[in-house]
Amino acid sequence: MAEAGIFFERRQVPGSTLVALRGNWQVESAAALDRALTDLRRAAPGAFRFDLADIGGLDTVGAFLLLRTARSLNASLENVPQHFLTLLEHVEQAAAAKDTHPRRRHRHFNVAEWLDHLGTQVFRIAATAAALLAFFGRIMVTAARVVVHPSRVRGVALLSQLQHNGWAALPIVGMLNFLIGVVIAYQGADQLAQFGAQILTVNLLGISVLRELGVLITAIIVAGRSGSAFTAEIGAMRVNEEIDAMRVLGLDPVEVLVMPRLIGLLISLPLLTFFANFVAIAGGGMLCWLALDITPPVFLDQLRSALYPLTFWLGVIKSPFFAFVIAMVGCHAGLSVERSAESVGHFTTMSVVRSIFLVIVIDALFSVLFSQLNV
Amino acid sequence: MSDPRPTDGQDNGHDAPLVRVRGLVTRIGDRTIHDGVNLELRRGEVLGVVGGSGAGKSVLLRTIVGLMTPAAGSVEVFGQRLADLNDHQLHQLEARWGVLFQDGALFSSLTVAENIDVPLKEQFDLPHHLLVEIAHLKLSLVGLAPETAALHPAELSGGMRKRAGLARALALDPGLLFLDEPTSGLDPISAGDFDRLINDLKSSLGLTVFMVTHDLDSLVAICDRIAVLVDKRLKIGTITELMRDPHPWLQAYFNGPRGRAALDGKTA
Repeated sequence: MAEAGIFFERRQVPGSTLVALRGNWQVESAAALDRALTDLRRAAPGAFRFDLADIGGLDTVGAFLLLRTARSLNASLENVPQHFLTLLEHVEQAAAAKDTHPRRRHRHFNVAEWLDHLGTQVFRIAATAAALLAFFGRIMVTAARVVVHPSRVRGVALLSQLQHNGWAALPIVGMLNFLIGVVIAYQGADQLAQFGAQILTVNLLGISVLRELGVLITAIIVAGRSGSAFTAEIGAMRVNEEIDAMRVLGLDPVEVLVMPRLIGLLISLPLLTFFANFVAIAGGGMLCWLALDITPPVFLDQLRSALYPLTFWLGVIKSPFFAFVIAMVGCHAGLSVERSAESVGHFTTMSVVRSIFLVIVIDALFSVLFSQLNV
Repeated sequence: MSDPRPTDGQDNGHDAPLVRVRGLVTRIGDRTIHDGVNLELRRGEVLGVVGGSGAGKSVLLRTIVGLMTPAAGSVEVFGQRLADLNDHQLHQLEARWGVLFQDGALFSSLTVAENIDVPLKEQFDLPHHLLVEIAHLKLSLVGLAPETAALHPAELSGGMRKRAGLARALALDPGLLFLDEPTSGLDPISAGDFDRLINDLKSSLGLTVFMVTHDLDSLVAICDRIAVLVDKRLKIGTITELMRDPHPWLQAYFNGPRGRAALDGKTA
């Protein structure tokens, strides 16, 4: 093999094969060296002798490959240059340490393993649910303590949460809900025009926005915006052992970190929902005016006749529940982060997915409840 | 000191210093950290850099490996001025030195073995089985058990993280090693083991070592020369030379109770 010529030359001498090493036995040529030595091992049987007199460079990887080959061929090393002696000795000691770590087997698909995997997943989901429930309990206990001693609420932290998760979310929440209002009115008008009932677009807009869409869209935006921030912030603190430091200092992470975020979101999400409802109806109203010639006074009259006083509250009442779930899931995921950067990303993704899932589940439960109550 | 790696010969002659720093000035914001630092790191020596907390030892290390840009002065490594190199040349140069950061700076999402393979994969195209074997060899060289290979950095103790970081720094068999406080945070026994490890590796791999440290015992045990950062400049010499220096910080450092204890241990 041409490649092998760079590293050694084989000569048959009486009684054995003499391999004269040359060139650089270093990590940059490790792949070629490994191939050449494997070929050599497969070649003629018999006694081998390695002559190192003319070797150029040698580093730990080269020494490792040389010693490995020499061991498997039962070969001797000759004319080892003085300055490589300690290196070879060191590498030989190091390579002697046995690897007891089990190799990962290549996995084939089979039904039993698939079932096993499925079962593991189910149990993991159950365990997560149990952990969330336990965390819910901890929050409740802490909340009770805070209610008894309101001075335990950290005022500055709470204000900063209101700033980040309420005030700063206004532009995005406003813009998206405005567009939703426009879209609903536009699509509704298209369909209702077939019955000559374009004016009912106002009813459609008012009821769907106030009862469902305003609060749901806002909760989903906040879950993506603030829920992920909760997980990442608290998770980064976990990686940095700050949470442990808090515990040691006698601070309760639930009280210091979770409570301000929870209370902040409980205040800001209903306010954001109110704002979202207003903007979505304004967006729909603008479309009605421009595209359907329903003037603002007519629009407001129609809206008033379409809505019960309760309609607005049936939407807004859900927002504290959504806020609670988003804050709880986000903070819990943050506290579950393990000490690696990858784990922060993993739990942040999971926190957003879980909180949006739970928000929609709770919304569905409310629908069932409200229909049972006939409201 | 003879050089066991005669082929590592792209440098300007054998006796040229591996690192040469001249007139170095560094600033962070408007604070001057170094003001005219000169330094030569000779082939095959272990240079210990000491100085008070905040004196700029780590900044000096970071400037030499190109993580920080000096405000004035020049840094040459392997005879090449860092400021003159383009990204590609700098990349090639970086393969020839290894850096051990204070807490190992292992990539937290990779296992220890994968951490060691990062520079190997970056520089060379090696088959998988060879990567596994090399990672195990390096682990064993720094005195870690093979089982460590599959662990994540978060599962290691502080001392193990330093050893794993050293294994990664040694992945490419560099001739030049930068260590940032290799023994800080270790118990005295582990610290002594680590000193011996550096010494062993130095003699078998022919390493040249630039070591930032607080540890007087390390200085005594393995450093050939010592560089002291005082008043934004370096004073370089052997321990005995520096002990005679009248500068108050040096007097307090070497002739204080801890300094005396470490030095007595050497002569005893």
